[in-house]
Amino acid sequence: MENTLRLEIVTPDRLVLSEDVDYVGAPGYDGEFGILPNHIPFLAALQIGPLHYNIGGQTRYVFISGGFAEISDNKVTVLAEAAERAEDIDIDRARQAKERAEQRMSMEMDSVDYARARAALARSLHRLKLLDSE
Amino acid sequence: MPSLKDVQLQIAGVKKTKQITKAMNMVASAKLRGAQSRIERFRPYAEKFYEMLGDLASKADENAHPLLEVREEIKTCAIVLATSDRGLCGSFNAGLISKAEKLAKAKTAEGKDVKFYCVGKKGRDFAQKSEFDLVKGYPDAMGHFDFSLANELGMEVIHAYLTGEFDEVVLIYGEFVSMGKQVPVEQQILPMSSEEAPEVEEETTGVKKEFIYEPAVEGLLAELLPRFIKVQIYRGLLDTSASEHAARMAAMDNATKNCDEMVDNLTLIYNKTRQAAITSDLMDIVGGAEALKG
Repeated sequence: MENTLRLEIVTPDRLVLSEDVDYVGAPGYDGEFGILPNHIPFLAALQIGPLHYNIGGQTRYVFISGGFAEISDNKVTVLAEAAERAEDIDIDRARQAKERAEQRMSMEMDSVDYARARAALARSLHRLKLLDSE
Repeated sequence: MPSLKDVQLQIAGVKKTKQITKAMNMVASAKLRGAQSRIERFRPYAEKFYEMLGDLASKADENAHPLLEVREEIKTCAIVLATSDRGLCGSFNAGLISKAEKLAKAKTAEGKDVKFYCVGKKGRDFAQKSEFDLVKGYPDAMGHFDFSLANELGMEVIHAYLTGEFDEVVLIYGEFVSMGKQVPVEQQILPMSSEEAPEVEEETTGVKKEFIYEPAVEGLLAELLPRFIKVQIYRGLLDTSASEHAARMAAMDNATKNCDEMVDNLTLIYNKTRQAAITSDLMDIVGGAEALKG
């Protein structure tokens, strides 16, 4: 039996992370779920939110802007459109994005633009929250 | 016969042009390396994505999602055209644009309305001048784009498709085949046909892993399919960007060679002119001396 599992986070632009970890907690579509080594094969959609993993007693955070997680053979592959480790988050950019989204939401607009602005707001809020928790 | 001074000036001018084309060649080759490495970095994502999608598509019903459904009547066709922002890259943009124009004319002949989305300045300029509608242009986007551009464009297209604004979406981009070969390709991205979903090689072990799905297969598919469109668009953009730089490299290489040839020719003319001038000077001197002898 393996004691660790491999976590890989891939975005279209780069490989964000590839590490052997003890535990992964991910923001699932229907709520957060946790993965320990030797999990059965599992495929899940992810929400915008923080993913965390434990490595040698330490907890680290990664921001995920929605995507998918595949778990098989002790390997967790996360496909996300954007992902940043907590320490790589650009705080100014997140703040600006938040303000922009709030501004856009306060204006009258059709439902698509509103949904987009809301998604942008959710992304920026999660980024900022992650920074606070670090 | 041009004067010596004229020829000298011309040679200097051509040499300067050569310096520029040479520099552009080197810049293009550096940018090409960047574009290629981005394609490399995109590959792990794309491969995993195709694997998941292929796995799910084989388990789901064909008409499980509106994006898969083929409409009976196709009235409006949207063309997403990816070109470069800048010229001086040989016939690269011309090839893409003529491909798009041909397709648009063919669609119009079938009685369909054609609308354009253009990434890159060259394509947008074409769409603005043409008789077709330009829904949205993204000029100056090719220099530095990331997935968010494909994301935005994808959302735009999917939304318009689902609300019935158009019934078909075709992507035209420059496929990067090799350093010396870039081909304009058209690819239908909507409606998606299930055959187009990438084939996944069956696992050789023979034992298929049974996955737990959360949400259920249909729900996952509904999340995956729109992303698949964005992935296709992104891939098209990356390829176009690499192709552009490769085409520019080739064009600038040719230009540099042509400059060399011109300098050779001009130098020949210069030498001939100089020789002729010396000859006629000598004749004058000899003639003068003869006259003095009396």
